[in-house]
Amino acid sequence: MSQGASPLRLHVPEPTGRPGHETDFSYLHLSRAGEVRRPPVEAVPADTSDLAYTLVRVLDEQGRAVGPWVPEADAALLRRGLVAMMKTRIFDARMLIAQRQKKISFYMQCLGEEAIATGHALALVQGDMCFPTYRQQGLLLARDDVPMVDMICELMSNERDPLKGRQLPVCYSMKRAGFFSISGNLATQFIQAVGWGMASAIKGDTRIASAWIGDGATAESDFHTALTFAHVYRAPVILNVVNNQWAISTFQAIAGGEATTFAARGVGCGIASLRVDGNDFLAVLAASRWAAERARGNLGPTLIEWITYRAGAHSTSDDPSRYRPADDWQHFPLGDPIARLAQHLRGIGAWSEEEHQKTQSELEAQVSAAMKEAERYGSLADGHLFGPAAMFEDVYQTMPPHLQEQRRQLSQFQKG
Amino acid sequence: MPAMTMIQALRSAMDLMLARDDNVVIYGQDVGYFGGVFRVTEGLQAKYGRSRVFDAPISEGGIVGSAIGMGAYGLRPVVEVQFADYFYPAYDQIVSEAARLRYRSAGDFFAPITIRMPCGGGIYGGQTHSQSPEVLFTHVCGLRTVMPSNPRDAKGLLIASIENDDPVIFLEPKRLYNGPFDGHHDQPLVPWSQHPLGEVPEGYYTVPLESATVFRPGSALTAITYGTMVFVCEAAARETGIDVEIIDLRSLWPLDLPTLVASVKKTGRCAIVHEATRTSGFGAELTALVQEHCFYHLEAPIERVAGWDTPYPHAQEWAYFPGPARVGAAFRRVMED
Repeated sequence: MSQGASPLRLHVPEPTGRPGHETDFSYLHLSRAGEVRRPPVEAVPADTSDLAYTLVRVLDEQGRAVGPWVPEADAALLRRGLVAMMKTRIFDARMLIAQRQKKISFYMQCLGEEAIATGHALALVQGDMCFPTYRQQGLLLARDDVPMVDMICELMSNERDPLKGRQLPVCYSMKRAGFFSISGNLATQFIQAVGWGMASAIKGDTRIASAWIGDGATAESDFHTALTFAHVYRAPVILNVVNNQWAISTFQAIAGGEATTFAARGVGCGIASLRVDGNDFLAVLAASRWAAERARGNLGPTLIEWITYRAGAHSTSDDPSRYRPADDWQHFPLGDPIARLAQHLRGIGAWSEEEHQKTQSELEAQVSAAMKEAERYGSLADGHLFGPAAMFEDVYQTMPPHLQEQRRQLSQFQKG
Repeated sequence: MPAMTMIQALRSAMDLMLARDDNVVIYGQDVGYFGGVFRVTEGLQAKYGRSRVFDAPISEGGIVGSAIGMGAYGLRPVVEVQFADYFYPAYDQIVSEAARLRYRSAGDFFAPITIRMPCGGGIYGGQTHSQSPEVLFTHVCGLRTVMPSNPRDAKGLLIASIENDDPVIFLEPKRLYNGPFDGHHDQPLVPWSQHPLGEVPEGYYTVPLESATVFRPGSALTAITYGTMVFVCEAAARETGIDVEIIDLRSLWPLDLPTLVASVKKTGRCAIVHEATRTSGFGAELTALVQEHCFYHLEAPIERVAGWDTPYPHAQEWAYFPGPARVGAAFRRVMED
């Protein structure tokens, strides 16, 4: 040890809140609604540095839309957004019950994060491709052309499961809805989205890609490859980082969020970056449109860090009361995205408590009906699933001899 | 027919596919303007433009990951990893994504990509310019693993690989780039222009995947091999005077089982030869297959000649590389049993 030097100490970040201790959310560095500027879509990446450390917000405490980011959106569109968020939350709640009833083996909610995927979906057009994680079910539920029954059949791994029972529940794939196949391996899709965007540019297409990742998964190497490739090739892609503060039990500081932001990574890689209130539906819509316009205008990629809070458990296999305060969400300063948009719509006379209750009941009935219909096609629990012969298909485009042989062996074994 | 080196044959395959299919794109480290560190992509960017043939950042995971995304869009990317020794950062994308995409999405998406990697030793490449990692791909369901041993097969197999809708790992033995190599490192290189397999048709043709070839017909013993070791086996047969039937697998997995089985049933003896390390190497799978399918025809235990279970050394190259003397000794043992 050199003389006079004090011993080095390893720094291991900790959340301020643990079970029994309230979280101090001052680390979030929030801006007031309307406070943050809206640069032109032609902005060069370096000129977005300030935006990577502040927070784009539209809705104020009273639910009024203020500032330069107020999107052009009529009441009908916002009502559609509110209904999509409510539908997503009701769907999640119903599937959580189905998992507890052992009708499905596993589930992951997006409670508290509904605005991000549903709002973003409204900024994209048919033909764009999203590369989601397992917590963007709102991208599907925001669409009128995606039957909930198809989603529930995937969750139940039944005879009508579009993925033939091969995937864990929640790992949807729906090409026609611009929803890429979900993989269990974190971050892999982030660079694939960039490749998809590059392909669109190579072909002189007008379609764009939208990439999704959580705060924890930004530590994976594919996050960095995606930023590098997106920047190098100026790929038409929106790089969405959903910072819900938690990666299972690890606080976002352990992913590298302490004293910095995930948006700042984008600026460091030469990508225009925004940090946005993820529970503010209007801000989500405005920022998503800004990024989509940049991508479609050949102006390059945009990284958006969405600040939100994972209100529910990580998954049905997780108990958050073991690592964070039980009432944490109630203290999260950005609130509840559904309550905030409903407040705004009521404020402009485009929504009422009666409508809210009526919509809630209608959506619950819709989800229940979809669940009933899906149950008609069986479930993993009752054995109504794709036959084992389907297990050998789609490994390759055509089944090689060794798989034909293995399928024959299984069939012979089952016949006894 | 013009004489081509393996480098020229591979380039010819990509040139032809770039011309035939607008969805073919080629990229990788140093692949664009410079034409590749082995010259395999030389001139292609000038001919087809930067949007079809381009340089990539030094990021194997990024190269393969972006190719999967392009494949999902509808392109047919042919990407290069500069040395097979450097594919490891892309392994997650290869195993968890490219190989599984069709299966996990029930055909909704797939990855029609070809990943080219120069592989193999015999060039004083040391630990990270000599490896033969084929078994790390053959073990992965959903991948096709291919390795040519000569210019004619190299072109036909690469065209077939690019056209195939499954992800293909295309391993190129760099020791064979300029001429056949039989392990006699002390002798001058014979160029491909002096070998019949250096005669390569200029136009379009394919060598089908999952098809092995009888490289040298024989009656005494079957040698199952691929890549550089095909020529080493040929030299060993000549030098021992044993009438070895040499099977060049060409497609490692899925493979052409009937050709192997027919040969071993005919000869009753089998040696399996590869450069890669022995334990859990691809030779173990081949041994198991021959044992399962030819047990009652075997007159001797199956021999495996492989690289030692060590990292690939620099100074001890020729003690490591399974040359004709070691392979010949194994052939004799099989005949004596």
